[in-house]
Amino acid sequence: MIFLLVKLNQLIRSLFLILPILVCTISFGQDLPERPRPPKLINDFANIIGDRENLILEDKLVAYYDSTSTQITVVTIHSLNGNDIADYSFRLAEKWGIGEKGKDNGVLILIALDDRKMFIATGYGMEGVIPDAIAKRIVENYMKPNFSNNNYYKGIDEATSIIIGLASGQFTADQIGRKNIRLSRLIFPLLVFIFFIAISYSRFRSVRGSHMAGSNLNFLTFLFLMSAMGGRGGRGYSSFSSGSGSFGGGSFGGFGGGSFGGGGAGGSW
Amino acid sequence: MKVKKSWIILGVILITVFIIYRFFTGSYNHMVDFDETVITSWSNVENVYQRRADLIPNLVNTVKGYAAHEKETFTEVIEARAKATSVSIDPANLNAATIQQFQQAQAGLSSALSKLMVIVERYPDLKANQNFLELQAQLEGTENRIAVERRKFNESVKVYNTYIRSFPKNMVAGMYGFERKMQFQADEGANIVPEVNF
Repeated sequence: MIFLLVKLNQLIRSLFLILPILVCTISFGQDLPERPRPPKLINDFANIIGDRENLILEDKLVAYYDSTSTQITVVTIHSLNGNDIADYSFRLAEKWGIGEKGKDNGVLILIALDDRKMFIATGYGMEGVIPDAIAKRIVENYMKPNFSNNNYYKGIDEATSIIIGLASGQFTADQIGRKNIRLSRLIFPLLVFIFFIAISYSRFRSVRGSHMAGSNLNFLTFLFLMSAMGGRGGRGYSSFSSGSGSFGGGSFGGFGGGSFGGGGAGGSW
Repeated sequence: MKVKKSWIILGVILITVFIIYRFFTGSYNHMVDFDETVITSWSNVENVYQRRADLIPNLVNTVKGYAAHEKETFTEVIEARAKATSVSIDPANLNAATIQQFQQAQAGLSSALSKLMVIVERYPDLKANQNFLELQAQLEGTENRIAVERRKFNESVKVYNTYIRSFPKNMVAGMYGFERKMQFQADEGANIVPEVNF
């Protein structure tokens, strides 16, 4: 309690003391786009990828994420506002937390349309799989020629395919661990669901007892009604058993707080 | 009745002592925590600078293959490298002087390297060499890493300094000798692009 008070006191003091600095930092950080909600791996802020291609790429990267937990994210923006693209990429990647915490297995492909620059930033955990020289080669040999022809989709598609090819084989043993996590995640909603049914049933019975005397609803019909209503829980379960991995029906679950140490390479077209 | 009152007083004293104890241990442990983070980020800074130093022999040898007579620049780079790698700071005594010494040695290597890269501009064959291009990408990547780790070091120092200097934790800090740490300053002339003479 006193700790909280101290914290509050300190917060108020520091607010007054560092207000000018704070304002500076905020305006400095403002140029970074916010983390997308719902989370997506393809974030085409500059609108250079078609809707259909966007979905294809998203599916491809989500599928790869599901099988390896590696998060390859593509962000397109209009302008860097005078920032260095490498610095911008690393700050953005850290802000969003691309990759899983601890594994730091995130990759960010940033494309700044008006500056005609691109950068592949690799998380700490990806530096071994995609060394800077390789990242440079992907930029020069696959992204640059396609981007020069305004074929952004093809460039991104090829670059991501190569990164996936390079990175496949990493974290394979982890898949087993991931499945276990999924199972334990499932237990809690299931318990809540059962609890909810039990409560509702007992209330239902007491209500029926007083108001609906004579109707012959039994527990099984009640369960049937409830399962028709609680479609969400049912769908989550089927998605688990089909092995598609993701809980929300194939969509990307979110960034995990990965860290970036300056790996990667960029170029301009 | 009297007995009950003294019990209350004793209880209040005990609770107060307990709160003070929690405050001390809490702040002290946090300070240790932040201090360790600063030390870790400092060793990360030294690692990335070492990584750059490790790249240099390979880079110099590749450039030598194409520009053998630029001996002066090569010796300059090698000497600057030797000087930079000789300066290593124990994170326990990170202060303004030691950080500046470290920074100066590294800045010397940076400027020697940029001179080397200027020479490269005069040799189109070298610039087309695949091996050299990869070394260049690695060098750029290392410079990016240096920038990132320096930023992270400064951030961790900021968190530490803010913590130990804010009231009332500054009393605990003073008692146990937690001192303010220095950040990296922007390199002098870091933004000056070396002149290219043909």
